[in-house]
Amino acid sequence: MSVDTLDQGRSDSAAPVAPAIELIGVSKSFGPVQANKDISMTVAKGAIHGIVGENGAGKSTLMSILYGFYKADAGEIKINGVKTEITDSHAAIAAGIGMVHQHFMLVEPFTVLENVIMGAEDGPLLRPSLAKARKVLTQLAKEYELDVDPDAIVGDLSVGFQQRVEILKALYREADILILDEPTGVLTPAEADHLFRILENLKAQGKTIVLITHKLREIMAITDTVSVMRRGQMTATVPTAETSPSQLADLMVGRHVLLEVEKGAPNPGEVLLEVKNLSATDFQGVEKLKSISFNLRAGEILGVAGVAGNGQTDLLEILGGISPATAGEVRVKGEPIDLSKKASAALRRERGIGHVPEDRHQRGLVMPFQTWENTAFGYHNKPEFSGPMGLANQKAMLADAKEKIEKFDIRPTSPFLPASSYSGGNQQKIVIAREIENNPDVLLVGQPTRGVDIGAIEFIHKQIIALRDSGKAVLLVSVELEEILALSDRIIVMFDGVIQGERTPENTNEQELGMLMAGMNPEGTS
Amino acid sequence: MNKGLPKWADVLLIPVLSLLLALFVSGLVVLFIGRDPIEAVKVMVQGAFGKYGIGYTLYYTTNFIFTGLAVAVAFHARLFNIGGEGQAGLGGVGVALVLLSFNWPNWVVALIAASIGAAIFGAAWAAIPAYLQAKRGSHIVITTIMFNLIGSALINYLLVGPMQAPGMVPETPGFPEAAALPTLHDVFAVFGIAFDKNAPANVSIFIALAALVFVYILIWKTRIGYEIRAFGHSEKAAVYAGISPLKITMIAMLVSGALAGLMAINTVMGEAERLVLDSVQGAGFVGIAVALMGRSHPVGVLLAAFLFGILYQGGGELSFAMGIPREMIVVIQALVIMFTGSLENIVRMPVEKLFLRFNKGGA
Amino acid sequence: MELLQLMDSAVRLATPLLLAALAGLYSERSGIFDIGLEGKMLIAAFTAGAFSGIAGMPIAEGGWGWTYGMAWFGLFTAIIASVLLSLIHGFASITLRGNQLISGVAVNFFAAGTTVLIGQEWFRAGGQTPSLRGAQRFEPITLPFADAVSEVPVIGPVYADLISGHNIVVYIAILAVPLTWWILFRTRFGLRLRAVGENPGAVDTAGISVVKQRYAAVVIAGILCGLAGAYLSLGTSAAGFVKDMSAGKGFIALAALIFAKWQPRGVLFAALLFGFLEAIGNKYQSVDIGAFVIPVQFMQALPYILTVVILAGFVGKAIPPKAGGEPYVKER
Repeated sequence: MSVDTLDQGRSDSAAPVAPAIELIGVSKSFGPVQANKDISMTVAKGAIHGIVGENGAGKSTLMSILYGFYKADAGEIKINGVKTEITDSHAAIAAGIGMVHQHFMLVEPFTVLENVIMGAEDGPLLRPSLAKARKVLTQLAKEYELDVDPDAIVGDLSVGFQQRVEILKALYREADILILDEPTGVLTPAEADHLFRILENLKAQGKTIVLITHKLREIMAITDTVSVMRRGQMTATVPTAETSPSQLADLMVGRHVLLEVEKGAPNPGEVLLEVKNLSATDFQGVEKLKSISFNLRAGEILGVAGVAGNGQTDLLEILGGISPATAGEVRVKGEPIDLSKKASAALRRERGIGHVPEDRHQRGLVMPFQTWENTAFGYHNKPEFSGPMGLANQKAMLADAKEKIEKFDIRPTSPFLPASSYSGGNQQKIVIAREIENNPDVLLVGQPTRGVDIGAIEFIHKQIIALRDSGKAVLLVSVELEEILALSDRIIVMFDGVIQGERTPENTNEQELGMLMAGMNPEGTS
Repeated sequence: MNKGLPKWADVLLIPVLSLLLALFVSGLVVLFIGRDPIEAVKVMVQGAFGKYGIGYTLYYTTNFIFTGLAVAVAFHARLFNIGGEGQAGLGGVGVALVLLSFNWPNWVVALIAASIGAAIFGAAWAAIPAYLQAKRGSHIVITTIMFNLIGSALINYLLVGPMQAPGMVPETPGFPEAAALPTLHDVFAVFGIAFDKNAPANVSIFIALAALVFVYILIWKTRIGYEIRAFGHSEKAAVYAGISPLKITMIAMLVSGALAGLMAINTVMGEAERLVLDSVQGAGFVGIAVALMGRSHPVGVLLAAFLFGILYQGGGELSFAMGIPREMIVVIQALVIMFTGSLENIVRMPVEKLFLRFNKGGA
Repeated sequence: MELLQLMDSAVRLATPLLLAALAGLYSERSGIFDIGLEGKMLIAAFTAGAFSGIAGMPIAEGGWGWTYGMAWFGLFTAIIASVLLSLIHGFASITLRGNQLISGVAVNFFAAGTTVLIGQEWFRAGGQTPSLRGAQRFEPITLPFADAVSEVPVIGPVYADLISGHNIVVYIAILAVPLTWWILFRTRFGLRLRAVGENPGAVDTAGISVVKQRYAAVVIAGILCGLAGAYLSLGTSAAGFVKDMSAGKGFIALAALIFAKWQPRGVLFAALLFGFLEAIGNKYQSVDIGAFVIPVQFMQALPYILTVVILAGFVGKAIPPKAGGEPYVKER
């Protein structure tokens, strides 16, 4: 899977060329939070430079400063040896910097051409700009394997192609420095490899590339040098060839981390969740699930791998009672559950299905609610939280919240704080505490550690395994293959609304899962 | 994001500063039409608190408590109900139908029946926009405005047609004598306290106060209130928790419409004692300003309603004493909505900065 | 012949709706909801009526004694007043990131209050402005050959009565439709305007100011509302400003905009439809359909009822600009 690193790209320090980017003492704080502290960094011309760090380490803030999205409180930026004031994105573009954001900055109803020229038009009328862009795009497509239909509506393109449009936008503006923020998060391994080939091509043409990622594999595969960030500071910059993934991981966290999760052998019991020929169509008529079937047993963790958007979210939402299915059958402990529009998440909870949603900000928590309100969310109509005449038993809710805070080590410990004042890890603990403590037979878990710091990840993983060991069934959806491989007893891979294959963690690896995630079937069925 | 602003500053300081700013700009408007704003304030305060005026001030306050609560309850579910005007109007139709259909023997029974009628008619007029919002995504702001206009046409039709009293005047016959509500003069007389005899303030004000308590309990103490607030903060989270958007939208709007409708017991039953054209007189719209200023909290609504009661009564005096048209009140109302609503950050941002600096200095 | 009259009156009634809906189109395409169209129209109607009236009033009566150009001067002041309200809305929604709905409501009340307040102060006529005559109003324009061809069957009356004989604002409104289409889809400005309403982040990262783009849209909306309002007081039979004369037209314009799915051509069609309905309501005060009589109040409420029906989506689902109503905050 890996792409060969081109050694000749490594910068020789003897070369008299000024570095492409030089940051000197850059600091930035948001209110009381210091996102970047006195950061200095040098990126050689024509190099691929990686920046790794945990969520919230300040990588994105740093790059946003470089791209003029935020203004640094202190520090200096030199581009090609020249001190440059980057006051806004316009100035960054003028300095030859292009950026591919994690969440694409594209106008979905627009065509590729319209997206490319926007902001770089040649005059008040569009026609000449469109004609010119069409020519340039053909040229770029040939040069860098960046072919996209210029007249396609961007919203109709797959994420892989949308990303190419982002790169094309930067190249159309004649960027010499390209910043990519977590570019592979939404890509299949095959698409990621294609992206890396493009990056190698760009490098060969003398472009400088900054790659922000938390995936160490990518850093090792493609970068020449790598910088590590932790808690707003730059802790090290090293040539990639002289480091290792475990060393980088230690640098990221600041202590030694176990990349493995301790877990005993599974002890599967009766079938708790039975999914048969489940299909779903979204409101625009797009088929999201195409007749999928699987079983989940007590005392088992079933991992669902796949690139985001291949039906996993729909699966979770149907099982969780949020959206209806169009066909199929689901049984919990042998009894069918309602899959029609009349179903609700409340009914699911009554049937013993708990749900840790993929998006805790939008679904799992009510951000302005205080913790004692959030720890009962979804269970607020249970008898123990109900008073007479429709009143809520707020005393019971508060006592229950205090218990959960203690048991799950949620910090800060006050039950009266709104969810918005917690770190990602503690927010997730509130959700996990609520769902696990309500003792579900089946727990649906979506992206349990997205945006969660490493310390909390370990804790959350242990809780999930403990739930399994107590004889419950867990359906784990995650886009992180490492997490899937570490936690699951069995793994199914979803692609385009179907189950592309099933494996056990012992007899598969990331490469094979990656192929399945891309819709390919390595060596037939197994 | 709340950048360490203490609670008292959030719920008290900012609304008060915003209000002062709104009143200051109102003063500039008075100046613009060539009058003395200080004089105007004097006239207003005297008018609103005088022996004669206070009864009117409390009468208006009662109206605004109802309409302010109506808007506030909907706000908690993140629904913007601009239909208070129409809902209160229809509430009047409900009151009139109830009181004219039966020769009521005493006012207590009549009040209960009329309240139910007012609430049901008000709620019914909110039901269609609510249903269309929940089911079809029709913008509730526009549909409730349309229902104000449709409601006004409907009442117009009723008062020159089926419900018209004999004669040419577009109004219903007077209600039964026994159904007349005791005024505050009557109430206070029981305790030996003197109160202006002609003022329209009546026992409805106690129902308004009860409504404040009801809304407080509903929103903060019941499970439905919990669901309304959760839905208002995040519809997606609500669905995840098994809360039905249709149910919450309907409940919040029905309660809202019922509260607006209840206003009619004060105006139609308590004051006019018959249904006349335009019985609401803009009180439905004042409710928006009241709810915004009162932060959708019953205590805030009470204070804001009283303030607007003063403005309304005092504003009436303005046109008497200084020849400033009554529409001055609408301007003040607009400025209050602006400064406590959409322009709130004009006050909030500097205050937050100030506190941030203060906190840093203290630490 | 009767149909021709109806259509003629539909065009007149559709004109303010068309202008206001186009105003809403610019604003909402840029991501700013504008329920203050009503208020802007109202204040423009008042300003136009007041200043055209004052300018044309004989000096002896305290006016300026102009004999020509009063209507144009009124229009000019109307646009200024409307744009000022637009800027307040823009300041609240764009700069202060306030709630756009609340801001719109405030604008409407502000206009409803100030027009009567100032009108009463200046003219002492219950909020009305003096009735306007001659060059104080926009007079009908007879297009070339209208009289000559009026005898030609079918085409003649259509040209002479339906197409010819409106005032200048009507023609401006109709020309504004293709112009808007061209601006939106053929110019750099339009591309950026549409983009900022869909994904302001994309515009920002492309090095374009979201704030400036949105202010530009809001100002254009102000200009168009100014035209719409001036038409009400200077271009209709009202011949002057009357209290609350916008009468919900701003909201109907919004409904027309939704019905039109934010497309210029659709706006023309929707405005004409609403105009036609209002024309029917005006012409047939009460309709006798055998068994019973449809009351006049129902006919008056018909445009409002239809607005609700259209919003209920019985005419297909409309997808608004994605970033509409949301203030733009750079994400952290």
